Amino acid sequence: MFFKKLKKHIRDYWALHLMALPGVAALLVFSYWPKFGVIMAFQKFNFKKGFLGSTFIGLKNFEFLFKTTDAWIITRNTVCYNAVMIVMNTTLAVILAMILNEVKSKRLAKYIQTIYMMPHFLSATAVSMVLFCFLSDTNGIVNSMIRSMGGETRNWYMTKSIWPATLVGVSAWKNIGYSSIVYLATITGISQEYYEAAMIDGATRPQQALYITLPQLRPILTIMLIQSIGGIFYGDFGLFYSVPRDSGALYPVTNVIDTYIFRALKEQVNYGMSSAAALYQSVVGFLLMVVSNGIVRKVSPEYAMF
Amino acid sequence: MDAHAAERARVEKHKKQGYKPNEISPQANFVISLLLTLLTLVFILPVLLVIVVSFSTPESLTHRGYSLIPESWTLTTYKYLFQSGRQILDSYKVTIARTVIGPLISLAVMSLYSFVIAYRSFPARKFYTYFLFISSIFSGGMVASFIVNVRYLGLYDNFLIYILPTAISWFNVIILRTFIQTTIPDSLFEAAKIDGAGDFRIFFQIVLPLFKAGLATIGLFCVVGQWNEWTTALLYIDNPKLVPIQTMLQRIQNNINFIKNNAQMSGTQEEQQILNSLPTESAQMAITVIATVPILCVYPFFQKYFIKGMTIGSVKG
Repeated sequence: MFFKKLKKHIRDYWALHLMALPGVAALLVFSYWPKFGVIMAFQKFNFKKGFLGSTFIGLKNFEFLFKTTDAWIITRNTVCYNAVMIVMNTTLAVILAMILNEVKSKRLAKYIQTIYMMPHFLSATAVSMVLFCFLSDTNGIVNSMIRSMGGETRNWYMTKSIWPATLVGVSAWKNIGYSSIVYLATITGISQEYYEAAMIDGATRPQQALYITLPQLRPILTIMLIQSIGGIFYGDFGLFYSVPRDSGALYPVTNVIDTYIFRALKEQVNYGMSSAAALYQSVVGFLLMVVSNGIVRKVSPEYAMF
Repeated sequence: MDAHAAERARVEKHKKQGYKPNEISPQANFVISLLLTLLTLVFILPVLLVIVVSFSTPESLTHRGYSLIPESWTLTTYKYLFQSGRQILDSYKVTIARTVIGPLISLAVMSLYSFVIAYRSFPARKFYTYFLFISSIFSGGMVASFIVNVRYLGLYDNFLIYILPTAISWFNVIILRTFIQTTIPDSLFEAAKIDGAGDFRIFFQIVLPLFKAGLATIGLFCVVGQWNEWTTALLYIDNPKLVPIQTMLQRIQNNINFIKNNAQMSGTQEEQQILNSLPTESAQMAITVIATVPILCVYPFFQKYFIKGMTIGSVKG
């Protein structure tokens, strides 16, 4: 009976299964296999012996990881930077979208938007070079200005104090233009009837923005915020690695979980430490995503991912 | 009633002044437009600065530092780079190759997969959807992927590392699926089926032609992603001949000698001499320009696709 059904199913649908096959293969190899590979975090991993041959050592790798002060620093940096960047970038992007929406010439608005989203198309290394023009020790604009005013120049790539603000600023510069797209699209989709009704009641344009546009943006804002909370354990590798030019003096304020894993893997070839940190990131990241998705489901089920 | 009368008067006044009541006044519009236009400088000037420095003479850099108005202009940096530029050309080739091949393969894999999970009458559709979703919710992470790719698949120093792991991205598949479901009615599938068309024919003759906007959107995402991606080579590539231009840019940040060393390994004496006289700083900026300008010239023409992809992705992601 079962085989008969199976035979009929295959006869009817073999083409669709065949079409899914390349995708399934890619997912199996590059997504599911590494998921299984996280067992290496519990092993004294030996490259030659592989996932199946290496000896298990329980939680030793995690003990080592959490004994270091690094574990605390990278967690703090990742979460704090992400939290500040989420709030800052979202706020700026929404304000930008609301103002852009007021510009009467739609052509002008489009040109302006094109320019604002330009940094999104730069790689992190290119952004790093742009910033270098300002902060370079010898020729940078900042030091040139300090020199011309007779002040004392500094090597900014060794000065920790400026980096938190700098990184947040760079992130805003790179992202707000592009993320304002979503909000602008939502605003232009708001029914004009609301505004007309408000006008009849005598609401001014700023009042309309405050009492119609913002509340109408609330669902998409909630979704975007909660989705980014799900990703708060993942740092923007390029921003934290390339933009500070991988400067060791800055690690205390620039090292995030992703850069830590990369350095432990590539520079120290420390499989134990790096795989433990990677699993730590995956597990907490997974929990945060489940929690945030649960909240989305409560707020507005149609936006939930699962 | 008074309020309404006043409002009517206001509307009348606005009409006389020539703008609709639910628009801001011409004066406010002017101020806002001006401010927003001025703000574009924040985005343009820093990038312009990189371009200007790449055309500045070394003397100008010593006297004025990096400046939008250099003492003197020169093309020598670019000339040097291209004369000595085995590394530049190699890297450019790698970048172009991955930017062409990567998106083609991704599009093939993902459009087929998205068709399968958009196909409402396919009983196994749920299975494939979950298979995709589960892949996204718990990540194996950078280290386990590294071991799989290097130890088991032998992708170290292998061009395929740029292509295969990114062949399918769940986010893009979902966007594609949404495109199919919103633009192509189910009845069209069914009608074709009744006419005796196989699923491959439905895909190639019905779905693909109606699907161009979706493919263009995701294709562009992939193109930009491939062009700008630089971390893969940092982790997986040793051979300078396989390093893409963005990663080269990263490497010369720490050490301009990356291009010099490579020329010493393979270059002629003449090339070495040219490299030794290469002005380091403007060379770094020139390489930034070379690595960046193509994409910056192209993206404005495809803006509407990026906007479309973003809006669909944010709602359905």
